[in-house]
Amino acid sequence: MLTYIVRRLVTAVLILFGASFVVYQLTALSGDPLEDLRGSNAPNRDQLIQQRIDLLDLDTPAPLRYFGWLAGAAKCLVPFAATCDLGQSIQGEPVATALVRAMGNTITLVTAATFLAIVIGVSLGIITALRQYSGLDYGVTFMSFLFFSLPIFWLAVLLKEFGAIGFNNFLADPQISGSTILVVAIASGLIWSLFASRPWARKGIAFVLGAVVAAALLFVLGAVDWFSTPGLGPVVLLVTGVGAAFGIVLLTAGLRNRKALLSALIMVALGLVAYYVVNPFLNGATVWLIVGLAIATVLVGLAVGYVMGGYDRGQSMRAAASTGLLMGLLIVVDRFMVTWPSYVDNPRIRGRPIATVGAETPGLDGGFWINGLDTFTHLLLPTLALLLASLAGYSRYSRASMLEIMNMDYIRTARAKGLSERTVIMRHAFRNALIPLATLVAFDIGALIGGAIITEQVFAFAGMGQLFVQALQRVDPDPIMGFFLVAGILALVFNLLADIVYSFLDPRVRVKA
Amino acid sequence: MSTQTPSDLPRGEAATVTGPTHPTPEAEAKGLSQGQIVRKKFLGNTAAIVSLIVFAAVVVLSFTSVGFAGIPGWWKYNHTQFVALLDGGAPTVTGPFSWGEHPFGQDSIGRDYFAMTMRGTQNSIIIMVIIGTLAGLVGVVVGACSGYFRGWTEAVLMRFTDVIIIIPVVLAAATLGQAVNRFVGSGAQIWLLGIFLGLVLWTGLARLVRGEFLTLREREFVDAAKIAGASNARIIFKHILPNAVGVIIVNTTLLMSSAILLETALSYIGFGVKAPDVSLGLIISQNQEAFQTRPWLFWFPGLFIVLICLCINFIGDGLRDAFDPRQKKFNAARARNAAKPVSA
Repeated sequence: MLTYIVRRLVTAVLILFGASFVVYQLTALSGDPLEDLRGSNAPNRDQLIQQRIDLLDLDTPAPLRYFGWLAGAAKCLVPFAATCDLGQSIQGEPVATALVRAMGNTITLVTAATFLAIVIGVSLGIITALRQYSGLDYGVTFMSFLFFSLPIFWLAVLLKEFGAIGFNNFLADPQISGSTILVVAIASGLIWSLFASRPWARKGIAFVLGAVVAAALLFVLGAVDWFSTPGLGPVVLLVTGVGAAFGIVLLTAGLRNRKALLSALIMVALGLVAYYVVNPFLNGATVWLIVGLAIATVLVGLAVGYVMGGYDRGQSMRAAASTGLLMGLLIVVDRFMVTWPSYVDNPRIRGRPIATVGAETPGLDGGFWINGLDTFTHLLLPTLALLLASLAGYSRYSRASMLEIMNMDYIRTARAKGLSERTVIMRHAFRNALIPLATLVAFDIGALIGGAIITEQVFAFAGMGQLFVQALQRVDPDPIMGFFLVAGILALVFNLLADIVYSFLDPRVRVKA
Repeated sequence: MSTQTPSDLPRGEAATVTGPTHPTPEAEAKGLSQGQIVRKKFLGNTAAIVSLIVFAAVVVLSFTSVGFAGIPGWWKYNHTQFVALLDGGAPTVTGPFSWGEHPFGQDSIGRDYFAMTMRGTQNSIIIMVIIGTLAGLVGVVVGACSGYFRGWTEAVLMRFTDVIIIIPVVLAAATLGQAVNRFVGSGAQIWLLGIFLGLVLWTGLARLVRGEFLTLREREFVDAAKIAGASNARIIFKHILPNAVGVIIVNTTLLMSSAILLETALSYIGFGVKAPDVSLGLIISQNQEAFQTRPWLFWFPGLFIVLICLCINFIGDGLRDAFDPRQKKFNAARARNAAKPVSA
């Protein structure tokens, strides 16, 4: 294994050398870095041109210039030397600094989108696989093909128009008309009936229930002016928590496991108590406080599960911990919602909260909750765009993988020995269906940190992709090489990681040592 | 997407043919060749056939309306003519047969938007086909050679593939744009863009084909051919390639659908097709600011991108179903039907 990793790393370094040389030459060929100066009318034009020629060392031929860059970049490999030199951009900013800033922005952008895309995509894929050739399957398949076919820049403009401008107009005067309620109710009814399995009577009931619940919800929300002053409150917290507890236990342990159900419900109760106890502390919250509380919640959940015991302690512990985490999340969401009115009224927001460009409102300083909301509203649209674009891949892939697993002999064996359908699917099929996805996820994460070039461009998000595109427009080699180094190294490392993870997850696959 | 939904089949056929305990496909029982089975399954796939027809219609419309390669089309304007703005450039199409003067409206300087959209569609399709052909060819050759010969050939070719994979595509396209303007002039731009992108995008296919060749070359029929004295070329072309053709066709199709998105995205950020020529991505980027006042400038090109891409994806999916013998195995509804007593 070790020899394998070392060999892969050595080849990776060689590949990087080759590719970086090609990239440097391509960049040098891609345009004229003096173009803007040649056209300028500045009296000191010749001097400016000479300055830039010196800065970029343009008198040296590009293949030789590459080695100059390489000499600087190679210093980054020497630990603790602190003379890492990736060059400067045309504006004179060190590339290393720009890279760190851009990478931070990109990571905040892609984390939520990737996580949500994986969770939603995989669940949709699994559900459609279990209902192959049903209305749900066809619906989801068509939608995922549609999203897959949407050019992201086109989708982004639509999102800006309807998601931001339209929604902000709505928020200025949150009145829900009767026709809107009707349309939403019918849509919700259709979706629920699609999810319900046949006989038609059951589908009908699902339709009616879905429509009525959605209509009632919208009516109540409109009546109490929820969109101006949102919040969850203890009642919603309790109902959602109990629902989540039942759902989690149903999926992971089965409702027959009373101990697990009880531990999850205890966590809901504890969460409700925490809602009142913790709230005062949250005023001066920091990221670390929230993380600390989350860890504490998990520990408490594990302890509760352990004490409750049951025939399978692990199941109780897992159910309690995940329920607790969900309750904590709800409390935090509630807190953000309570902050919403003061965020919207902030003079820098001026009543139009959903942003269309940028990563944050400049000059906004309102503490953890206000600034957190600010990040959310800025991330909302780009995240949605990325999510819709990458959802299709995950749902198609996990559907195919699940279908293949469901045909395996060991699934038939599991059914034949009398296991419940839940155990067969969650324990035997689902886990194995996830194995090939691990590779896909590793690839995608590696690629995504390299930047979502188009998305960042459309939403004016100062991440890796934008750094790259702007440098390319200016024919500025050093930032491009910096971008390439980060993206290339990540791609190679995650590639290796994918192979190693696969061989760990699937013992049939052995890496060649 | 299924080849046949259970309700399409007569009751008895569904029960006798595809019970879970009798996985023998009906086609094999009748002694059809592989090509016939694939064709039959593909033709039975409604979504794929509809997509094929729609795509053919789009191709015909875009190539005949504004003309191609010097042959004039039947539409009265082309994408460079300036006409006085009529009714603020609003679209005049009111139904499938009443198009009016400017069916898709005019852009802000009076060019006929139908002609521009058609020209853009044409360009996108040309680029897509070039990318598909070229990337398909290179990918198959590299993948086949490294998968069949293994050893040094494989090591060198696969490391070369790795190098190409991590070079950003945008960079390659931008470099090309510059080189074209310097050396060739903008006439051959579309073709060169397609060729250049094709020369970068073959990597995924090469890896897949290599994987396919690695498994196929260990099979008995390859040993048999070797013992019978077949040359390497004969084994590759006559024995292994026909068995890998499903993977190749399906993935080339899917590559083409992502190629069209890539081309429009590149044109959108200014590294693909450049003015004065038009591309669907380019005209969206030129007109996106006008969404509030002239939304049609935004809608029509976008809808054509989605339409083409959706069609290609459905065709690719239909091909995948048609080529994949495993797709048949698990079908809960059909299994349920089959479990019911036939005579009931």
